[in-house]
Amino acid sequence: MSSFIEIRNLNKHYGAFAALTDIDLDIAEGEVVCVIGPSGSGKSTLIRCINLLESFSKESTILVDKIPVEPGKHLAQVRAEVGMVFQSFNLFPHMTVLRNIMLAPLRVRGLSEAKAEKKARELLDRVGIGEQAEKYPGQLSGGQQQRVAIARALAMEPRVLLFDEPTSALDPEMVGEVLDVMRDLAGTGVTMIVVTHEMGFARQVADRVIFMNGGKIVETGKPEVIFDAPKEPRTRDFLSAVLNH
Amino acid sequence: MDLLDTFFNVPILIRTFPMLMSGLWITIQIGATSIIAGLVLGLFLSLIRLYAAKPLVFIARIYIDIFRSIPLLVLLIVVYYALPFVGIRLSPFFSAVVALTLVSGAYTAEIFRAGIEAIPSGQFEASRALGLSYRHMMVDVVLPQAVKIVIPPLTNNCINVMKDTALASVVAMPDLLKQATQAQALAANPSPLIGAALIYLAFLWPLVALVSRFERHMGQRGAR
Ligand SMILES: Nc1ncnc2c1ncn2[C@@H]1O[C@H](COP(=O)(O)OP(=O)(O)O)[C@@H](O)[C@H]1O
Ligand SMILES: [Mg+2]
Repeated sequence: MSSFIEIRNLNKHYGAFAALTDIDLDIAEGEVVCVIGPSGSGKSTLIRCINLLESFSKESTILVDKIPVEPGKHLAQVRAEVGMVFQSFNLFPHMTVLRNIMLAPLRVRGLSEAKAEKKARELLDRVGIGEQAEKYPGQLSGGQQQRVAIARALAMEPRVLLFDEPTSALDPEMVGEVLDVMRDLAGTGVTMIVVTHEMGFARQVADRVIFMNGGKIVETGKPEVIFDAPKEPRTRDFLSAVLNH
Repeated sequence: MDLLDTFFNVPILIRTFPMLMSGLWITIQIGATSIIAGLVLGLFLSLIRLYAAKPLVFIARIYIDIFRSIPLLVLLIVVYYALPFVGIRLSPFFSAVVALTLVSGAYTAEIFRAGIEAIPSGQFEASRALGLSYRHMMVDVVLPQAVKIVIPPLTNNCINVMKDTALASVVAMPDLLKQATQAQALAANPSPLIGAALIYLAFLWPLVALVSRFERHMGQRGAR
Protein backbone atom coordinates (compact mmCIF):
# COMPACT_ATOMS: atom_id res chain seq x y z
CA MET A 1 0.00 0.00 0.00
CA SER A 2 1.74 3.17 -1.16
CA SER A 3 0.80 6.30 0.70
CA PHE A 4 -1.21 8.95 -1.03
CA ILE A 5 -0.42 11.60 1.55
CA GLU A 6 3.01 11.37 3.07
CA ILE A 7 3.95 13.57 6.02
CA ARG A 8 7.52 13.37 7.27
CA ASN A 9 9.02 15.03 10.29
CA LEU A 10 6.44 17.80 10.30
CA ASN A 11 7.28 20.64 12.65
CA LYS A 12 5.42 23.89 13.06
CA HIS A 13 6.30 26.74 15.38
CA TYR A 14 4.50 29.92 16.31
CA GLY A 15 7.48 31.91 17.53
CA ALA A 16 9.00 29.76 20.26
CA PHE A 17 5.84 27.70 20.71
CA ALA A 18 5.84 24.29 19.04
CA ALA A 19 2.35 23.71 17.62
CA LEU A 20 3.38 20.45 15.89
CA THR A 21 6.35 18.26 16.78
CA ASP A 22 7.84 15.55 14.55
CA ILE A 23 4.62 14.37 12.95
CA ASP A 24 4.97 11.35 10.65
CA LEU A 25 1.82 10.21 8.94
CA ASP A 26 0.91 8.17 5.88
CA ILE A 27 -2.57 8.09 4.47
CA ALA A 28 -3.69 5.76 1.71
CA GLU A 29 -5.89 6.79 -1.17
CA GLY A 30 -9.57 6.47 -0.21
CA GLU A 31 -8.82 6.22 3.47
CA VAL A 32 -11.03 8.04 5.98
CA VAL A 33 -9.03 9.33 8.92
CA CYS A 34 -10.57 11.06 11.92
CA VAL A 35 -8.36 13.26 14.07
CA ILE A 36 -9.44 13.71 17.68
CA GLY A 37 -7.84 15.39 20.67
CA PRO A 38 -8.27 18.23 23.13
CA SER A 39 -8.57 21.79 21.93
CA GLY A 40 -5.17 23.35 21.24
CA SER A 41 -3.56 19.98 20.50
CA GLY A 42 -2.66 20.96 16.91
CA LYS A 43 -5.42 19.20 14.94
CA SER A 44 -6.32 22.22 12.82
CA THR A 45 -2.70 23.14 12.33
CA LEU A 46 -1.94 19.62 11.07
CA ILE A 47 -4.61 19.58 8.38
CA ARG A 48 -3.98 23.21 7.42
CA CYS A 49 -0.37 22.31 6.64
CA ILE A 50 -1.57 19.80 4.04
CA ASN A 51 -2.87 22.56 1.73
CA LEU A 52 -0.34 25.10 3.00
CA LEU A 53 -2.81 27.40 4.71
CA GLU A 54 -0.09 27.21 7.37
CA SER A 55 3.57 27.21 6.46
CA PHE A 56 5.84 24.71 8.23
CA SER A 57 9.53 24.29 8.93
CA LYS A 58 11.89 23.74 6.01
CA GLU A 59 13.12 20.30 7.11
CA SER A 60 9.57 18.94 7.02
CA THR A 61 8.05 17.38 3.93
CA ILE A 62 4.49 16.75 2.90
CA LEU A 63 3.69 14.98 -0.36
CA VAL A 64 0.19 14.78 -1.79
CA ASP A 65 0.07 12.27 -4.62
CA LYS A 66 3.88 12.68 -4.83
CA ILE A 67 3.58 16.44 -5.32
CA PRO A 68 5.53 18.37 -2.68
CA VAL A 69 3.48 20.86 -0.69
CA GLU A 70 5.54 24.04 -0.95
CA PRO A 71 5.17 27.60 -2.15
CA GLY A 72 5.57 27.96 -5.90
CA LYS A 73 4.14 26.45 -8.98
CA HIS A 74 3.08 23.08 -7.49
CA LEU A 75 0.91 24.78 -4.94
CA ALA A 76 -2.01 25.46 -7.26
CA GLN A 77 -1.91 21.81 -8.30
CA VAL A 78 -1.99 20.62 -4.69
CA ARG A 79 -4.81 22.98 -3.78
CA ALA A 80 -6.84 21.86 -6.75
CA GLU A 81 -6.50 18.26 -5.49
CA VAL A 82 -7.21 19.06 -1.85
CA GLY A 83 -10.59 20.47 -0.84
CA MET A 84 -11.32 21.96 2.56
CA VAL A 85 -14.41 22.45 4.69
CA PHE A 86 -14.16 24.89 7.59
CA GLN A 87 -15.89 25.08 10.93
CA SER A 88 -17.32 28.50 10.04
CA PHE A 89 -18.33 27.56 6.44
CA ASN A 90 -16.56 30.59 4.90
CA LEU A 91 -19.01 30.84 2.03
CA PHE A 92 -18.76 33.95 -0.12
CA PRO A 93 -21.65 36.09 1.16
CA HIS A 94 -21.93 38.31 -1.93
CA MET A 95 -22.55 35.38 -4.31
CA THR A 96 -25.52 33.09 -4.68
CA VAL A 97 -25.14 29.51 -3.56
CA LEU A 98 -24.81 28.48 -7.19
CA ARG A 99 -22.04 31.05 -7.86
CA ASN A 100 -20.18 29.98 -4.72
CA ILE A 101 -19.93 26.50 -6.15
CA MET A 102 -19.18 27.56 -9.73
CA LEU A 103 -16.40 30.03 -8.94
CA ALA A 104 -13.40 27.72 -8.57
CA PRO A 105 -14.32 25.38 -11.45
CA LEU A 106 -14.65 28.49 -13.67
CA ARG A 107 -11.48 30.23 -12.54
CA VAL A 108 -9.16 27.34 -11.68
CA ARG A 109 -10.31 24.45 -13.84
CA GLY A 110 -11.36 26.70 -16.72
CA LEU A 111 -14.78 25.09 -17.15
CA SER A 112 -17.40 26.80 -19.32
CA GLU A 113 -20.30 28.59 -17.60
CA ALA A 114 -22.74 25.94 -18.78
CA LYS A 115 -20.63 23.01 -17.58
CA ALA A 116 -19.86 24.66 -14.26
CA GLU A 117 -23.53 25.41 -13.66
CA LYS A 118 -24.63 21.89 -14.55
CA LYS A 119 -22.10 20.42 -12.16
CA ALA A 120 -23.01 22.88 -9.40
CA ARG A 121 -26.68 21.95 -9.67
CA GLU A 122 -25.86 18.24 -9.57
CA LEU A 123 -23.77 18.75 -6.44
CA LEU A 124 -26.50 20.76 -4.76
CA ASP A 125 -28.93 17.93 -5.45
CA ARG A 126 -26.43 15.48 -4.06
CA VAL A 127 -26.14 17.35 -0.76
CA GLY A 128 -29.92 17.70 -0.69
CA ILE A 129 -30.47 21.43 -1.27
CA GLY A 130 -31.04 21.70 -5.00
CA GLU A 131 -33.90 24.17 -4.49
CA GLN A 132 -31.65 26.73 -2.72
CA ALA A 133 -29.39 27.46 -5.70
CA GLU A 134 -30.43 31.07 -6.23
CA LYS A 135 -30.34 32.09 -2.56
CA TYR A 136 -27.52 33.86 -0.79
CA PRO A 137 -25.62 32.08 2.01
CA GLY A 138 -27.07 34.44 4.62
CA GLN A 139 -30.57 33.17 3.80
CA LEU A 140 -29.71 29.56 4.68
CA SER A 141 -29.52 27.69 7.98
CA GLY A 142 -26.11 26.68 9.32
CA GLY A 143 -26.59 23.08 8.27
CA GLN A 144 -27.55 24.14 4.75
CA GLN A 145 -24.57 26.49 4.55
CA GLN A 146 -22.17 23.75 5.54
CA ARG A 147 -23.67 21.46 2.90
CA VAL A 148 -23.10 24.21 0.33
CA ALA A 149 -19.51 24.46 1.54
CA ILE A 150 -19.09 20.72 1.01
CA ALA A 151 -20.57 21.01 -2.49
CA ARG A 152 -18.22 23.92 -3.19
CA ALA A 153 -15.22 21.81 -2.21
CA LEU A 154 -16.50 18.84 -4.25
CA ALA A 155 -16.91 20.98 -7.37
CA MET A 156 -13.14 20.94 -7.83
CA GLU A 157 -13.27 17.12 -7.90
CA PRO A 158 -10.63 16.90 -5.19
CA ARG A 159 -8.98 13.61 -4.33
CA VAL A 160 -8.59 14.66 -0.71
CA LEU A 161 -11.08 16.43 1.52
CA LEU A 162 -10.03 18.11 4.75
CA PHE A 163 -12.71 18.82 7.34
CA ASP A 164 -11.91 21.08 10.29
CA GLU A 165 -14.64 20.49 12.88
CA PRO A 166 -17.38 20.83 10.26
CA THR A 167 -20.23 20.45 12.76
CA SER A 168 -18.87 22.39 15.73
CA ALA A 169 -20.54 25.68 14.77
CA LEU A 170 -23.93 24.09 14.14
CA ASP A 171 -27.03 23.94 16.29
CA PRO A 172 -27.40 20.37 17.54
CA GLU A 173 -30.42 19.61 15.36
CA MET A 174 -28.38 20.34 12.21
CA VAL A 175 -25.35 18.21 12.99
CA GLY A 176 -26.99 15.06 11.65
CA GLU A 177 -27.71 16.38 8.14
CA VAL A 178 -24.05 17.38 7.66
CA LEU A 179 -22.70 14.11 9.06
CA ASP A 180 -25.05 12.22 6.73
CA VAL A 181 -23.53 13.97 3.72
CA MET A 182 -20.03 13.20 4.98
CA ARG A 183 -20.94 9.57 5.59
CA ASP A 184 -22.14 9.29 1.98
CA LEU A 185 -18.89 10.85 0.78
CA ALA A 186 -16.80 8.38 2.73
CA GLY A 187 -18.19 5.64 0.53
CA THR A 188 -17.14 7.31 -2.73
CA GLY A 189 -13.41 6.64 -2.58
CA VAL A 190 -12.33 10.19 -1.81
CA THR A 191 -9.62 10.44 0.84
CA MET A 192 -10.94 12.22 3.92
CA ILE A 193 -9.20 13.70 6.92
CA VAL A 194 -11.76 14.82 9.47
CA VAL A 195 -11.01 16.76 12.62
CA THR A 196 -14.06 16.15 14.79
CA HIS A 197 -15.51 15.88 18.25
CA GLU A 198 -18.28 13.60 16.96
CA MET A 199 -17.02 10.35 18.42
CA GLY A 200 -20.00 8.38 17.12
CA PHE A 201 -19.20 9.47 13.58
CA ALA A 202 -15.50 8.65 14.01
CA ARG A 203 -16.25 5.20 15.36
CA GLN A 204 -18.70 4.42 12.59
CA VAL A 205 -17.04 5.96 9.53
CA ALA A 206 -13.29 6.19 10.13
CA ASP A 207 -10.84 3.62 8.82
CA ARG A 208 -8.37 5.00 11.30
CA VAL A 209 -8.49 7.35 14.25
CA ILE A 210 -5.61 9.59 15.29
CA PHE A 211 -5.42 10.98 18.80
CA MET A 212 -3.33 14.13 19.17
CA ASN A 213 -2.14 15.91 22.25
CA GLY A 214 0.34 18.77 22.72
CA GLY A 215 1.25 18.92 19.03
CA LYS A 216 2.08 15.23 18.79
CA ILE A 217 0.34 12.12 17.54
CA VAL A 218 -0.10 10.12 20.73
CA GLU A 219 -1.91 7.10 19.39
CA THR A 220 -3.34 5.91 16.12
CA GLY A 221 -5.37 2.85 15.25
CA LYS A 222 -8.65 1.38 14.12
CA PRO A 223 -11.65 3.02 15.77
CA GLU A 224 -12.56 -0.06 17.78
CA VAL A 225 -9.04 -0.13 19.21
CA ILE A 226 -8.85 3.57 20.01
CA PHE A 227 -12.33 3.78 21.50
CA ASP A 228 -12.55 0.40 23.24
CA ALA A 229 -8.98 -0.44 24.15
CA PRO A 230 -6.73 2.63 24.00
CA LYS A 231 -3.16 1.92 25.01
CA GLU A 232 -2.10 5.38 26.07
CA PRO A 233 -3.32 6.79 29.38
CA ARG A 234 -3.75 10.24 27.79
CA THR A 235 -6.09 8.79 25.16
CA ARG A 236 -8.09 7.08 27.90
CA ASP A 237 -8.33 10.30 29.92
CA PHE A 238 -9.44 12.30 26.92
CA LEU A 239 -12.06 9.77 25.86
CA SER A 240 -13.48 9.35 29.31
CA ALA A 241 -13.72 13.13 29.60
CA VAL A 242 -15.58 13.60 26.29
CA LEU A 243 -17.73 10.48 26.50
CA ASN A 244 -18.94 11.07 30.05
CA HIS A 245 -19.46 14.82 30.05
CA MET B 1 -33.67 96.17 -1.09
CA ASP B 2 -30.13 97.55 -0.94
CA LEU B 3 -28.90 94.31 0.52
CA LEU B 4 -30.49 92.33 -2.27
CA ASP B 5 -28.91 94.59 -4.90
CA THR B 6 -25.51 94.17 -3.28
CA PHE B 7 -25.45 90.42 -2.62
CA PHE B 8 -28.04 88.98 -4.96
CA ASN B 9 -28.11 91.32 -7.92
CA VAL B 10 -30.08 89.36 -10.49
CA PRO B 11 -28.98 91.26 -13.64
CA ILE B 12 -25.32 90.88 -12.61
CA LEU B 13 -25.86 87.20 -11.82
CA ILE B 14 -27.41 86.66 -15.26
CA ARG B 15 -24.60 88.61 -16.96
CA THR B 16 -21.81 86.67 -15.16
CA PHE B 17 -23.57 83.29 -15.30
CA PRO B 18 -21.64 82.05 -18.39
CA MET B 19 -18.35 82.89 -16.65
CA LEU B 20 -19.41 80.95 -13.58
CA MET B 21 -20.48 78.00 -15.73
CA SER B 22 -17.14 77.89 -17.53
CA GLY B 23 -15.51 77.95 -14.09
CA LEU B 24 -17.74 75.13 -12.88
CA TRP B 25 -16.76 73.05 -15.88
CA ILE B 26 -13.07 73.46 -15.02
CA THR B 27 -13.76 72.67 -11.36
CA ILE B 28 -15.49 69.46 -12.44
CA GLN B 29 -12.60 68.54 -14.74
CA ILE B 30 -10.00 69.07 -12.02
CA GLY B 31 -12.12 67.24 -9.44
CA ALA B 32 -13.05 64.28 -11.63
CA THR B 33 -9.51 63.76 -12.93
CA SER B 34 -8.06 63.92 -9.41
CA ILE B 35 -10.71 61.60 -7.98
CA ILE B 36 -10.16 58.94 -10.64
CA ALA B 37 -6.36 59.19 -10.51
CA GLY B 38 -6.54 59.18 -6.70
CA LEU B 39 -8.65 56.00 -6.73
CA VAL B 40 -6.14 54.18 -8.92
CA LEU B 41 -3.20 55.42 -6.87
CA GLY B 42 -5.00 54.60 -3.62
CA LEU B 43 -5.91 51.04 -4.62
CA PHE B 44 -2.36 50.44 -5.73
CA LEU B 45 -0.91 51.90 -2.51
CA SER B 46 -3.31 49.93 -0.31
CA LEU B 47 -2.30 46.64 -1.93
CA ILE B 48 1.38 47.50 -1.46
CA ARG B 49 0.70 48.56 2.11
CA LEU B 50 -1.03 45.23 2.83
CA TYR B 51 0.81 42.63 0.79
CA ALA B 52 4.15 43.84 -0.58
CA ALA B 53 7.64 43.12 0.76
CA LYS B 54 8.62 44.93 3.96
CA PRO B 55 10.67 47.81 2.43
CA LEU B 56 7.86 48.63 0.01
CA VAL B 57 5.31 48.52 2.82
CA PHE B 58 7.47 50.97 4.72
CA ILE B 59 7.70 53.33 1.74
CA ALA B 60 3.93 53.16 1.22
CA ARG B 61 3.31 53.97 4.88
CA ILE B 62 5.67 56.94 4.81
CA TYR B 63 4.00 58.19 1.63
CA ILE B 64 0.52 57.84 3.11
CA ASP B 65 1.49 59.59 6.35
CA ILE B 66 3.26 62.48 4.60
CA PHE B 67 0.44 63.24 2.19
CA ARG B 68 -2.19 63.03 4.88
CA SER B 69 -0.22 65.49 7.02
CA ILE B 70 0.77 68.15 4.52
CA PRO B 71 -1.73 70.99 4.01
CA LEU B 72 -3.02 70.81 0.47
CA LEU B 73 -2.48 74.52 -0.12
CA VAL B 74 1.19 74.18 0.83
CA LEU B 75 1.60 71.19 -1.48
CA LEU B 76 -0.08 73.00 -4.34
CA ILE B 77 2.16 76.04 -3.96
CA VAL B 78 5.24 73.84 -3.77
CA VAL B 79 4.21 72.01 -6.94
CA TYR B 80 3.40 75.19 -8.85
CA TYR B 81 5.95 77.72 -7.57
CA ALA B 82 8.86 75.60 -6.25
CA LEU B 83 9.21 72.75 -8.75
CA PRO B 84 10.02 75.11 -11.67
CA PHE B 85 13.33 75.83 -9.85
CA VAL B 86 14.33 72.20 -10.52
CA GLY B 87 13.06 72.39 -14.08
CA ILE B 88 9.64 70.81 -13.50
CA ARG B 89 7.09 73.23 -14.87
CA LEU B 90 3.48 72.09 -14.66
CA SER B 91 0.49 73.99 -16.02
CA PRO B 92 -1.95 75.32 -13.41
CA PHE B 93 -4.37 72.53 -14.34
CA PHE B 94 -1.78 69.78 -13.86
CA SER B 95 -0.38 71.36 -10.73
CA ALA B 96 -3.85 71.26 -9.19
CA VAL B 97 -4.53 67.72 -10.40
CA VAL B 98 -1.15 66.44 -9.20
CA ALA B 99 -1.50 67.98 -5.74
CA LEU B 100 -5.09 66.78 -5.32
CA THR B 101 -4.26 63.28 -6.61
CA LEU B 102 -1.24 62.83 -4.34
CA VAL B 103 -3.33 63.70 -1.29
CA SER B 104 -6.51 61.93 -2.35
CA GLY B 105 -4.46 58.81 -3.16
CA ALA B 106 -3.12 58.73 0.39
CA TYR B 107 -6.59 58.99 1.94
CA THR B 108 -8.05 56.50 -0.54
CA ALA B 109 -5.29 54.02 0.26
CA GLU B 110 -6.24 54.07 3.93
CA ILE B 111 -9.92 53.68 3.05
CA PHE B 112 -9.22 50.65 0.85
CA ARG B 113 -6.90 49.15 3.42
CA ALA B 114 -9.54 49.40 6.12
CA GLY B 115 -12.10 47.89 3.71
CA ILE B 116 -9.90 44.94 2.82
CA GLU B 117 -8.92 44.38 6.44
CA ALA B 118 -12.59 44.25 7.35
CA ILE B 119 -13.00 41.11 5.22
CA PRO B 120 -12.85 38.07 7.53
CA SER B 121 -9.73 35.93 7.17
CA GLY B 122 -11.96 32.94 6.41
CA GLN B 123 -12.74 34.49 3.02
CA PHE B 124 -9.06 34.51 2.11
CA GLU B 125 -8.56 30.99 3.45
CA ALA B 126 -11.51 29.59 1.54
CA SER B 127 -10.24 31.24 -1.66
CA ARG B 128 -6.76 29.84 -1.20
CA ALA B 129 -8.04 26.38 -0.28
CA LEU B 130 -10.04 26.35 -3.52
CA GLY B 131 -6.87 27.10 -5.46
CA LEU B 132 -7.86 30.59 -6.64
CA SER B 133 -4.92 32.72 -7.77
CA TYR B 134 -4.13 35.91 -5.87
CA ARG B 135 -5.71 37.94 -8.66
CA HIS B 136 -8.94 35.94 -8.70
CA MET B 137 -9.13 35.99 -4.93
CA MET B 138 -8.94 39.78 -4.96
CA VAL B 139 -11.17 40.38 -8.00
CA ASP B 140 -13.89 37.80 -7.32
CA VAL B 141 -13.96 37.50 -3.55
CA VAL B 142 -12.26 40.28 -1.61
CA LEU B 143 -12.71 43.52 -3.57
CA PRO B 144 -16.45 43.10 -4.30
CA GLN B 145 -17.03 42.79 -0.54
CA ALA B 146 -14.58 45.56 0.30
CA VAL B 147 -16.20 47.96 -2.20
CA LYS B 148 -19.50 47.82 -0.31
CA ILE B 149 -17.69 48.77 2.87
CA VAL B 150 -15.66 51.59 1.32
CA ILE B 151 -18.35 53.35 -0.72
CA PRO B 152 -19.48 55.72 2.07
CA PRO B 153 -15.94 56.86 3.05
CA LEU B 154 -14.94 57.05 -0.62
CA THR B 155 -17.91 59.30 -1.38
CA ASN B 156 -16.87 61.44 1.54
CA ASN B 157 -13.38 61.68 0.09
CA CYS B 158 -14.83 62.70 -3.29
CA ILE B 159 -16.68 65.54 -1.58
CA ASN B 160 -13.45 66.70 0.03
CA VAL B 161 -11.59 66.61 -3.28
CA MET B 162 -14.35 68.60 -5.01
CA LYS B 163 -14.26 71.19 -2.24
CA ASP B 164 -10.49 71.39 -2.34
CA THR B 165 -10.49 72.12 -6.06
CA ALA B 166 -11.26 75.71 -5.02
CA LEU B 167 -7.62 75.99 -3.93
CA ALA B 168 -6.65 75.79 -7.61
CA SER B 169 -7.66 79.44 -7.89
CA VAL B 170 -4.41 80.37 -6.11
CA VAL B 171 -2.38 79.06 -9.05
CA ALA B 172 -4.42 81.16 -11.46
CA MET B 173 -6.63 78.32 -12.59
CA PRO B 174 -9.92 79.77 -13.90
CA ASP B 175 -12.05 77.41 -11.81
CA LEU B 176 -15.42 78.30 -10.32
CA LEU B 177 -14.00 80.32 -7.43
CA LYS B 178 -11.47 82.20 -9.58
CA GLN B 179 -14.11 83.06 -12.18
CA ALA B 180 -16.37 84.29 -9.42
CA THR B 181 -13.71 86.56 -7.93
CA GLN B 182 -12.93 87.91 -11.40
CA ALA B 183 -16.59 88.47 -12.15
CA GLN B 184 -16.91 90.24 -8.83
CA ALA B 185 -14.04 92.57 -9.78
CA LEU B 186 -15.52 93.26 -13.21
CA ALA B 187 -19.02 93.93 -11.91
CA ALA B 188 -17.79 95.70 -8.78
CA ASN B 189 -20.39 93.67 -6.93
CA PRO B 190 -20.10 90.51 -4.78
CA SER B 191 -23.17 88.77 -6.23
CA PRO B 192 -21.06 86.39 -8.41
CA LEU B 193 -19.34 85.14 -5.23
CA ILE B 194 -22.73 84.36 -3.72
CA GLY B 195 -23.67 82.71 -7.03
CA ALA B 196 -20.52 80.55 -6.87
CA ALA B 197 -21.22 79.57 -3.28
CA LEU B 198 -24.75 78.53 -4.27
CA ILE B 199 -23.40 76.49 -7.19
CA TYR B 200 -20.95 74.65 -4.88
CA LEU B 201 -23.83 73.98 -2.53
CA ALA B 202 -26.18 72.74 -5.24
CA PHE B 203 -23.46 70.46 -6.50
CA LEU B 204 -22.17 69.00 -3.21
CA TRP B 205 -25.27 68.94 -1.04
CA PRO B 206 -26.73 65.90 -2.81
CA LEU B 207 -23.46 64.01 -2.29
CA VAL B 208 -23.44 64.88 1.39
CA ALA B 209 -27.05 63.73 1.66
CA LEU B 210 -26.06 60.48 -0.07
CA VAL B 211 -23.32 59.83 2.47
CA SER B 212 -25.73 60.43 5.33
CA ARG B 213 -28.08 57.92 3.75
CA PHE B 214 -25.31 55.34 3.43
CA GLU B 215 -24.39 55.90 7.04
CA ARG B 216 -27.98 55.55 8.25
CA HIS B 217 -28.29 52.41 6.17
CA MET B 218 -25.07 50.92 7.56
CA GLY B 219 -26.11 51.85 11.08
CA GLN B 220 -29.40 49.99 10.67
CA ARG B 221 -27.65 46.96 9.21
CA GLY B 222 -25.19 46.95 12.09
CA ALA B 223 -28.02 47.16 14.60
CA ARG B 224 -29.84 44.17 13.17
N1 LIG C 1 -1.73 32.04 14.59
C1 LIG C 1 -1.30 31.48 15.73
N2 LIG C 1 -0.39 32.12 16.50
C2 LIG C 1 0.06 31.59 17.65
N3 LIG C 1 -0.34 30.39 18.13
C3 LIG C 1 -1.25 29.71 17.42
C4 LIG C 1 -1.77 30.21 16.19
N4 LIG C 1 -2.66 29.31 15.68
C5 LIG C 1 -2.67 28.30 16.58
N5 LIG C 1 -1.83 28.52 17.61
C6 LIG C 1 -1.59 27.64 18.75
O1 LIG C 1 -1.22 26.37 18.26
C7 LIG C 1 -1.81 25.35 19.03
C8 LIG C 1 -2.57 24.38 18.14
O2 LIG C 1 -3.68 25.08 17.60
P1 LIG C 1 -4.77 24.32 16.72
O3 LIG C 1 -4.09 23.55 15.68
O4 LIG C 1 -5.74 25.35 16.30
O5 LIG C 1 -5.43 23.35 17.78
P2 LIG C 1 -6.76 22.50 17.66
O6 LIG C 1 -7.28 22.62 16.30
O7 LIG C 1 -6.34 21.10 18.03
O8 LIG C 1 -7.69 23.07 18.69
C9 LIG C 1 -2.69 26.02 20.08
O9 LIG C 1 -2.00 26.03 21.30
C10 LIG C 1 -2.86 27.42 19.55
O10 LIG C 1 -2.96 28.32 20.62
MG1 LIG D 1 -9.07 23.48 15.66
